Formats: sequence, structure tokens, C-alpha cells
Amino acid sequence: MIEYGVIVVGGGHAGCEAAAASARLGVPTALITHRFATIGEMSCNPAIGGLGKGHLVREIDAMDGLMGRVADQAGIQFRVLNRRKGPAVRGPRAQADRKLYREAMQAAITSQPNLTVIEGEVDDLLEHDGRISGAVLLDGRRFAARAVVLTTGTFLRGLIHRGEETVPAGRVGEKPVLGLSVRLEALGLTLGRLKTGTPARLDGDSIDFSGLEEQRGDDPPEPFSMLTEAITTPQISCYITRTTAETHRIIADNIHRSAMYSGRIKSRGPRYCPSIEDKIVRFADRESHQIFLEPEGLSDSTIYPNGLSTSLPADVQEAFLKSMPGLENVRIVRPGYAIEYDYVDPRELRPTLELKRLAGLYLAGQINGTTGYEEAGAQGLYAGANAALAALDREPLRLSRTESYLGVMVDDLVTRGVTEPYRMFTSRAEFRLHLRSDNADQRLTQVAVDVGLVSPQRAAVFAAKRAKLEVGRQLLDSLVVSPTTARKAGVPINADGHERSAFELMSYPNITTEDLVRVWPELAEMEPVVLEQLGIDAQYAVYLDRQQADIQAMRRDEGREIPDWFDYDALPGLSMEVRQKLKAQRPATIAQAQAVDGITPAAITLILSVVRRGSMRKAG
Amino acid sequence: MRDGDTIVALSSGAVPSGVAVIRLSGPQSGPVLAAMLGALPQPRVLTLTDVTFGEVTLDRGLVAWMPGPRSFTGEDCAELQLHGSPAVVRSTLRALTSHPGIRLAEAGEFTRRAFENGKLDLVEAQGLGDLIAAETENQRALAFTRMEGGLTRQVEGWRERLLDLRAEIEAQLDFSDEGDVGQLPDDFGNAVEALSRDIGSVLALRGQGRILRSGFRVVLAGPPNAGKSSLLNALSQSEVAIVSDEPGTTRDLKEVPLDVKGQLILLIDSAGLRETSSKAEAIGVSRARDAMLGADQVLWLMAPDIPGEDPPLHTGGADHAPRVATAKIGAKADLGRVAGADLYVSVATGEGVPELLERLYDASGASSVSTASVLVSHERDREALLGAVMSLSRAKERLAEPELAAEDLRGASHALERLLGRMDAESVLDHLFSAFCIGK
Repeated sequence: MIEYGVIVVGGGHAGCEAAAASARLGVPTALITHRFATIGEMSCNPAIGGLGKGHLVREIDAMDGLMGRVADQAGIQFRVLNRRKGPAVRGPRAQADRKLYREAMQAAITSQPNLTVIEGEVDDLLEHDGRISGAVLLDGRRFAARAVVLTTGTFLRGLIHRGEETVPAGRVGEKPVLGLSVRLEALGLTLGRLKTGTPARLDGDSIDFSGLEEQRGDDPPEPFSMLTEAITTPQISCYITRTTAETHRIIADNIHRSAMYSGRIKSRGPRYCPSIEDKIVRFADRESHQIFLEPEGLSDSTIYPNGLSTSLPADVQEAFLKSMPGLENVRIVRPGYAIEYDYVDPRELRPTLELKRLAGLYLAGQINGTTGYEEAGAQGLYAGANAALAALDREPLRLSRTESYLGVMVDDLVTRGVTEPYRMFTSRAEFRLHLRSDNADQRLTQVAVDVGLVSPQRAAVFAAKRAKLEVGRQLLDSLVVSPTTARKAGVPINADGHERSAFELMSYPNITTEDLVRVWPELAEMEPVVLEQLGIDAQYAVYLDRQQADIQAMRRDEGREIPDWFDYDALPGLSMEVRQKLKAQRPATIAQAQAVDGITPAAITLILSVVRRGSMRKAG
Repeated sequence: MRDGDTIVALSSGAVPSGVAVIRLSGPQSGPVLAAMLGALPQPRVLTLTDVTFGEVTLDRGLVAWMPGPRSFTGEDCAELQLHGSPAVVRSTLRALTSHPGIRLAEAGEFTRRAFENGKLDLVEAQGLGDLIAAETENQRALAFTRMEGGLTRQVEGWRERLLDLRAEIEAQLDFSDEGDVGQLPDDFGNAVEALSRDIGSVLALRGQGRILRSGFRVVLAGPPNAGKSSLLNALSQSEVAIVSDEPGTTRDLKEVPLDVKGQLILLIDSAGLRETSSKAEAIGVSRARDAMLGADQVLWLMAPDIPGEDPPLHTGGADHAPRVATAKIGAKADLGRVAGADLYVSVATGEGVPELLERLYDASGASSVSTASVLVSHERDREALLGAVMSLSRAKERLAEPELAAEDLRGASHALERLLGRMDAESVLDHLFSAFCIGK
């Protein structure tokens, strides 16, 4: 039997990042997938990034993951969302050429040392002494491993719905995985069902774009990766059409034929990515919805109509599509569908994404109830790194809510579970002003360097940037100006006699970089990226200082010890279940209490208040 | 605590008394009641019956059987209203706890079970605690309003409004490129301000809430031998006041709780403190000063046979301490009238004593405030609400930078949620997804 350090099951976004991260740590890694040709496939919309999601891509990149670099090679329209809002809520996004993306990802996987791709379907897992010990393929091949990462996406008992039809499948034309679900059930895991959907794919040559609103990308395009100097792929536009009264009428008339509404689908779909049926039923007062026509590639005329996910029958899809401007003569390449699949309740996981019930088995991506390439990729990197660290008998990698969206996501998943497919939003992050897409490297690259996840090349680029930021910050702090001098140079500040540093002046919304350069010509020497990042830090400085205090408090609290006299029975407000678990496990610190299954932030607050007070006397 | 236990306690006050109420909660309530009465009485109906253990009939009384979950604790409950003699109570409790699975309740255990079974939330539970400890009619009414969820309902209303505001702003931030999210509505700033104002107005009444709950603190001060102790005795012996039997325990300061027309008034005597010698004197003076600073009302006593002194508070402008209402009392009015007093009293003749109590009652504000609107009586509530108001006013100033306004609204939300003892980050998203059609 061939032996690997880590086996990764699945070649989607989670699987690729998991396998690459494990291999970067120097662990012999196998990536087992149905077909090499589908590695890096974008099964749903041809885009990477966005709000919250773009933050995750930058975090993956900061830890030397693949997604950002690959998207930079495949991106055909880059836009930073929320450009007119504050930097903390800006998210980079790109339309990607589906074929270029797949090719770039496959190239990245092929060129990764320590990584072998095996084509096949994993049917069962091997256990030895209560630990995972390998995997068995459908064709009987067996591989040994010290840790296994499952990234099966929507393949676990996948079932496609389109109108009255149902087809067992993981993706259109690909068979589902059945054996692993049985295996996971045998472990006693809680499995649930989730639902997601995808729209029809359209032939762009049959669409009349002439009357439609054009949406251009940013010029110049801003790349995802720290390592990308410039985007060289040709850039194209998207177009916007709208649903009409006729579209709404056709859908309403046929709603009983939708798999979603006929009762054939019982599982919960995401509220933020509703099917067009949902939009029309739940928001009946809206007269029209925007539909984005997104090209799938430079050499491919296929169009992805974003906003039209549906489980109506093909004939109804065709009828409602033709009722929209520009689509009067549209040809459908492939109708849309809804898919139901199994997921594992993520509360079955440790904060390292390892299953509590089987040491050495890690889960990442949609199997954990999430949705989205970026969410999958980020979990994949984290689970892959932790699987490899376990194979090396090293301490796991832990990321906190205070330093990354990845930390927020993992914490949300393992402590709260999911009721709908989990997607990243910036509103989920309490420390949003600190967790920005522009400083992902400042937050995470050093952590990743210390673990050993980062190539020497990136480490060098990062060290150089950090040095420039430090020098720049010192310079900005050391340059001070009196109001009189500043006003002479045309910089509008109060004549209150107080000297201000250049860094302080940068926090004023009405003062521009040009203003500062007039006062201090030497600032023109500073690199624009460096100056920009320092400007953002200055802009949020007051809030960041306050948040820093909260972050310190949270870290301090995490390390705070829970004394022996602590009496959970005397603490009102705990559910019976949580109380019993706390009594049984007797966590020694607040951090350990947080790791107790099902414990809520409110419960932690209650415990903390007693620990701070120093006795069990009357709470509150 | 063993959770499956049935608990029993004497729920009324100390015996002997007219009636003693014994309460049971837990699975054995039904079986033991059936054993005592021969059969279970009709639920939720007071039944007059003999209470018998084995061969011995202990008493005859009213019994109520309240099966869960529709009971105070959510468990099976029973109440026995018996004669309030120590012998009856003792033997009944002894008999009940001899039944397997029944034990005496620990302090607060009934409330705790109600809380755990979702019958009360934190604010309500605290209100109930106050109700049990209520000494006067006003305190009882305030505690009752809290327990009925008055504050909870109000805070929940605010929280809902705040969640709607947050959903609006978070939709701007998270979904600007998808779905039907437009601009922030024009009246958004006004809505933030209105919420801040509503919370602020309840907060403004909180001083009143604290007075209702903890009493109106009146400090008697003045030079030695001005007659503070005698006045205190006279006030507490007046027919207008009932001296509460709760003993005062404010260290060196003598504290007498009075019930004046339902309002708790705490008389604090700083007498004697300045009469001690040397080192202790300095401490005494500083304690008296502290007491005066913490008072709602200072009575500064002057007497014709004692050299006059000015009240030590707030003569200079640099003092940041809040101004305390001070009334100058001309004591020993039977001996003569000092100049400049607001009211003259004589302990010897009784002159002015009832008037002084009337004035204290009026000064406490009890006559003009209805308890229903004064819900904010705990320091915890005050801090949380103040935090929410401050965050809201910051948010209002920052609407041009929505990610900063959102930060302040989040702070306000947390403040209110801390008050209710629940926190749920998902709820903003719930509001958001029900209000906007999100998703490309």
C-alpha cells in the first residue's frame, strides 16, 4: 500500500488549496479526484471575490495559497466593489475566464512539489486505533495516510432538480458520491441537507447587447495577489438587463412546476442567493430585478446570467428568458437547476476543522455547509495546513476572530453551525475596520511564514513591504507642522496653535496626499502603495485604537482562568445542555470554555462577569 | 444542584404569621400532594382540604396544584397555604422532605428554575428578586413592572428598531453590487436620533428609578450637638412614618429606613463623627462628606445654642462633584430661631416634624412619577443604556462614512443585548434578508 502524509479527497477550490498547503509544508500529499481535467472547475458563476469574499481571497494569498494568483491569470474584468465607501469594506472582485482559471489551477497543482494527483473515487475510509489511516477507492486501490481532508462539495448524495425531473449527480453530467455519506453516517455524525441553484447558460451570439447597459471593469485592474505586478489578460465588459412584467407573469403562472415550490425540495437554500422564483414570490412588490450578463471566457461565447438561478423546467426557463431585453432570441446552452446535497453539521468539528469523532479526518468547503469558491478555498488552506501539521506531529494552526475573516468563518461554523449555506459577509466580522483586504498580508503572512506555509519569494516580498511601511510610518510620525505653516502651504487646518504630525493630518478626510506633499516634498519619494496603506491606517486610527483595546481584552479574556470554585449551577442563563457540558469538561480557561460545544457568546459573557467579580455572589 | 430534584420552601415571611405559604416545584410535587390529600385536586383551583401525612393530620388549609409547563417554574408545582405557626411549618417541611426526591430549596432556586425553563429572562428575574425584597409599595410596583417584562419589552422594542437600522446600513456595505439595495433612506439620520432620544428619555428618569428602588437618601448633617440624633429619632417616631424593621448597616453612619406614603426614605445620621478625636476625626469627617455627596438631600442643621457653620459642600467652583440639594433646618426652635433657615423644627414641641416629612416625600419625587415609566433602576441598566445612547449619537455624526456609523450601531446593539443577556449576530442578517431582495 502506497503511503502519503496527507490525502485530500476532491479537486475543487477547497481540495486544491488543501493539497497545495499540505505540500508546501513539505508533507507528501495525494490529491484524489474523479478526473484531473475538472480540477479548478468553476461550477457556478465565473467570478472570484466580492465583498467579504474578496477579503478571503486576499487572506488565502497572504498565506501563499493559490486562488489569488490563479484568478489574476484568469481574470477578464476586475472591479473593486464599494470603491466609494471606506477601505475596510472594499472588496476586490474579478470575472474569470473559466478555461484560463482551470488551466492556471491545474498548472499550479502540477508544478507543486510533494503533490501527486490520483484519478479515482474514494469510496471508504480506513481507520486504525481510533485514527484515520487511509482511503479506499471504488476500484479497490488503497492508500495509507496520516491525515485525510474531505472536500466533496455538492457530491455527497447530490440530487439535481429541474422542474419535475430529478437526477442523482454531483454536478451536471457527473455522478454523485454515495459511499462516503454512508461512511460518515456510520461515524455517528449529524448530516443535513442543503440546496443551492444555478441559472441557465446562454449562447452569447444569440444575445443583442446593443441596447443593454454596459458595465466596465476598473482601469487599471487591481490584482488579488501581492505577487502579481500587473494584469496582462485582455479585459472585457459585462452587461445588465432586467426582468419585465412578462417575466414575472410567466414565472408566477408556472410556480407550481418549480422544484422549489412543488415541495420536491425540502432543504434550505441561501437567502442571499435566492432563485428567481423566490425573488418574485417573496418580493412581489418589486417590478423588476437586475440581471448581470457575465461572459464565461475570452474564447467562449457562453454567458452566465447572474440573478436567474432557477429550478423551473427547461421550457419555462426559455419562455421567461425571452421576455427580457436583449434576450428575445436567446439560445440556451444548458438549462439551470437546483441541487441538494449532504453536509456535515460543522459543530462536529474542532476549531482546526478536524472531526471530533475521528482524529486525523478534516473537512473543508461545502461539506461544512458553506457556499462559495472563496469560503471553500480558505477552509481548504486551513484544513490542509492543519492536516499536514498533524501528520508532522506539530502544533495546529489557529486563527482568531480578531485577526482574519478565516478565523471568523471557522469560529462561526464550529460554534454556531449553519441553517443555510454559509457565506462570508463583512458584517460577520466584529473587527471589520481592522480586517481589511488591503492589510491581509500584514495580518497573516508572518503567521504563515512562521508555520512554514510561505515560499521564500513571497517571504522576501513581504519583508520588503513591511520594512517600507515601518520606515514610512516613522517618517510620517516624525514630520510635524504648525497650523501657520500648514495654512501657508494651503492645507486647511484649525489655527489652534497645536502642531500635528503628517500621520495625524492623513486622518483628516479633507486633506489629500497632494496637500501633504506640498508641505513635505520628501513624501513624494514614498511608494504610492505604502503611502496609501498608511493613509488607511491613519483614517481608522481612532477606531482601531478602540478596537485594539477590545482585541486585547478578548485575548486577555481568552487566557483568563476559570477558578475551581466556579459553580455553573449558580449561574443563571445557561441552557441545561451547556451547563452539563461545562460541568463535565470543567474548562480551565475562557478559551477552553469557548471551545465547548454549543456555548454561546452570551454564556461566555456570563462566565466572564463572575470570573471578573471573583465570587459566585449575585450576578448582574 | 441535582436537576431532577423536587424542591420545597417556605415562601412567605418569617413565622409566626397569619398564613404560611409552602411551595413545591419538581416531578415529586404531584405524587406527594396526592399522598397528602388522598387524590390530586383539580389543577389551578384553590381547594380547602386536610393535609395529612400517614396517620397524622397536620393542618387544614388551602392547596393549589399547578402542573407544568403552565406554572411559575415551568415544572409541576404545588402551593400549601397553612396556618403560620412555627410548629405546623416545621412539621410540614420535615414531612415533605422525608418523601424521596424532595429536598429544601436553595436561595433563589425557584427563580433560577423559572429562568432556566425560559419563563423569565435576566431582567425579569432581577425584577422578581426586587419584588421579593420590596419593602414599600412604590418599590413593589416598580419591581412588579420589571418582572412583567416592562423593561424587557421596552429594550426589545429598541433593539428591533436598532436591528432595522443596522440592516439598512449593512445592506449598503455588504450588498451594494447586488440586489435591490438603494441608497440609505433620507430619514435614516432622523431615525437614529429618534431612537437615541427615546432611550435617553427613559435614562433621564433613571435617577428616579434608583430612588424608588433603593430609597431617597437623606443625610442629616451639621455641627456637633446641633440636634441631629434627636431629630432622627423624632422623624422616625412620627405617626407619618413607619420605621422599617430592616436594620441599617452603613458602618459608622446610622441609617434608618422610613416608609412615607409608600416611598422608602433613608435617614442617615452623620452625628458623632466629628466628635471623635485625633486621627479618627479626619476619617469621620471624610465619611460624612462622602455620605453627603451620595445623598439625594442634605438636611443641614443649625441651632441657636451652637455656633453656626456653613454646609461644607460646593462653596468653591472647582469641585466637579454633583450639587446635592441642601435644606437648612433651624433645630431646637423652642429655644429660639436661628437666622436663614428654610424650616424650623423642635423635637421638644413637635413643631415642623410632620412638615419636614411631607417635604422629604415631595423632594423624593414619588408623588409626581408613575412607576410604570421608571423602569431603569439598576446601575447595570443605566450603564448599558448610556452606552447605547452615546454610540447612537456618534453614529448619527458619521453617516457619510457608513462603515464607521455601522461600527457605532453595532456598539449600541451590544449594549442593549448585554442588558437582555442574549447576543445574536445573526439577527442583523435576518432583518436584512427579510427587508431586501439580495442576490444577483
